Amino acid sequence: MEILIPILAAAVRSGTPILYATLGEIITEKSGVMNLGLEGLMLLGALSGFAVTSATGSPWLGVAAAFVVGAFFSLFHAIVCVSLGGNQVVSGLALTMLGTGVTAILGRNYVGQLISGFSRIPVPFLSDIPVIGPIFFNHDPLVYLSYGLVLFLCWFLWRTKSGLNLRAVGDNPRAADSLGLSVVAIRYVYTMIGGGIVAIGGAYLSVSYSHMWTEGMSAGRGWIAVALVIFAIWNPARAAFGSYLFGGVEACQLRIQAAGTNISAPILLMLPYILTITVLLVISIRKGKGILFGAPASLGTPFYREER
Amino acid sequence: MRLKTQKRLNQPIWLEIAIPVGGLVMAFLVSGVFLTAMGVSPMEAYREMYYSAFGDSYGLSECMVKAIPLAMAAIAVTLSFKMLIWNIGAEGQIFMGAIAAAAAARYFPSDNHVLMLFSMGSLAILAGGLWAAFAGYLKARWNVNEIITTLMMNYIAIHLMDYFVYGPWRDPASLGFPMTAPFPQSARLMEMGWGRVHSGIILAAILIFMAWWVFKMTRWGYEIRVIGENPKAATFAGIDYVKNVVVVMFISGAIAGLAGMTEVAGLQGRLQHGFSGGFGYTAIIVAWLSRLNPIAIALVAFLMGGLLVGGESLQIVMGLPIASTLVVQGCILFFILAGEFFRRYRIVIAKEDV
Repeated sequence: MEILIPILAAAVRSGTPILYATLGEIITEKSGVMNLGLEGLMLLGALSGFAVTSATGSPWLGVAAAFVVGAFFSLFHAIVCVSLGGNQVVSGLALTMLGTGVTAILGRNYVGQLISGFSRIPVPFLSDIPVIGPIFFNHDPLVYLSYGLVLFLCWFLWRTKSGLNLRAVGDNPRAADSLGLSVVAIRYVYTMIGGGIVAIGGAYLSVSYSHMWTEGMSAGRGWIAVALVIFAIWNPARAAFGSYLFGGVEACQLRIQAAGTNISAPILLMLPYILTITVLLVISIRKGKGILFGAPASLGTPFYREER
Repeated sequence: MRLKTQKRLNQPIWLEIAIPVGGLVMAFLVSGVFLTAMGVSPMEAYREMYYSAFGDSYGLSECMVKAIPLAMAAIAVTLSFKMLIWNIGAEGQIFMGAIAAAAAARYFPSDNHVLMLFSMGSLAILAGGLWAAFAGYLKARWNVNEIITTLMMNYIAIHLMDYFVYGPWRDPASLGFPMTAPFPQSARLMEMGWGRVHSGIILAAILIFMAWWVFKMTRWGYEIRVIGENPKAATFAGIDYVKNVVVVMFISGAIAGLAGMTEVAGLQGRLQHGFSGGFGYTAIIVAWLSRLNPIAIALVAFLMGGLLVGGESLQIVMGLPIASTLVVQGCILFFILAGEFFRRYRIVIAKEDV
């Protein structure tokens, strides 16, 4: 147990950026829009979060900037996919390329800099609980914010009118439209909010996790998050579980490397990707047997009011 | 005056040209705004890009060098896209092909040029093909999202390659650089006597022609399109869905694998870290810009090769990172997608409300 606690705490830390990205994508997909540009959005969030934190000294302003930048770039995806009915897969790839390119250029001057960013703040009383305390309540504020976000989204999606409207638009846009909801407006709003949350996941990487900026630092986490949305069957609580699972793999991988084994680094670095495929396979086999559901019925299909 | 959209009843021919050209122009305009914000004169940057790529014979030959893997990988993804299978994994399949080719040169060396290239090509086909077919089988059998599996396998392939070039295959004489020893001369593709253009160009031309022929002339090409348009109807018509997906993915990956082999055997003569600068991803743009038309791919791959060559010279002359071309590429994709809207709709001036 003594050895396990630090690893589990590290799993929560490493899983948090993936968790933000997964939560953002869940809300976007719940509205019926699939955004595969997470990788680009995370990089944009990481760089804008880093740049603003570095300029102002306030990590919270950095997080806010990441959210705004993520929402802004998701707007392009919304215009292409919601208003113009473009292909959502290709648009997501375009967003990833754009985000990778823009951050590579703008981030040049930040490479090698260090910022103080967020630091660890143990929660009073809660962090004293044995086992649970050190694992969950001895982190930086952005981790606690992600717990709040998970709880909030569970409540919002299933217990509020707005959440119902969001799910209605994703499941049956025609019915939602006939109830007087604006499918287009709702899809715009949640694509942008979702994109903003994804970008916070990127900001976590630069502002909380590593305190620096490196080109392409999201390293596929955006794509892993896309897979985790399916694993989580669009449920924020399951998304947390899945993200910490991946965080755990990353934490173990770092520890094995640090322990100096004979296994070479590139082989260890493959693990998260192999795990993603495995997880997806297991989920898909179970889904085939009709055990899991939860995908928004109109995911990926544009809505045209005048067409039947 | 009010504008409104109206559904097109027919699609005029000029749109086929206007949409891609309009998309390219808009992409360069927006990237220009970005460059200006960076303090770089866009006119100067574009002039530099244009002249380095299309200004002289050497520039043109470099475009062709880039066009070879781009066209091959674009044909590869086109095959699967026609079937609405999203093979985003050409990049990884290129890596697998290159690794396999290097393995052939390392473990079955032969002084016979033909024999050597044959074993490199076969292994590359096998490696790229199986890499893609695996994702295809998961998709066809259990409906596992192929976008994610092919992407994840890109990362795995890249790390696998790093394993070899940093580890067991590293050339002791490379002064610590992650690369294998140079291939023997028998494992190199012929040069064509025009810059660095190698005989991979012949392979690319054959593949483009074969893809055109398959889609235009054969029953199988027709079946692929039917499956893409309506998998259920295809199954009812007696087309074996699982088998077709696996076969198409194998061929798709095999072609991408060959692209990887020509890249190492034709151009670089050794396997080295990060040898493919995202050809597999750029190929998706090439395929999409060409509207999955093999003949158009030849032209678009050449133009996109020009963009890459221009981007490299920007890096050398103006110190912009190589990823700058990704900005232009991303913009092109966005505007082409937006332009598709005008294929279906037109904008008309609405009559005054009655």
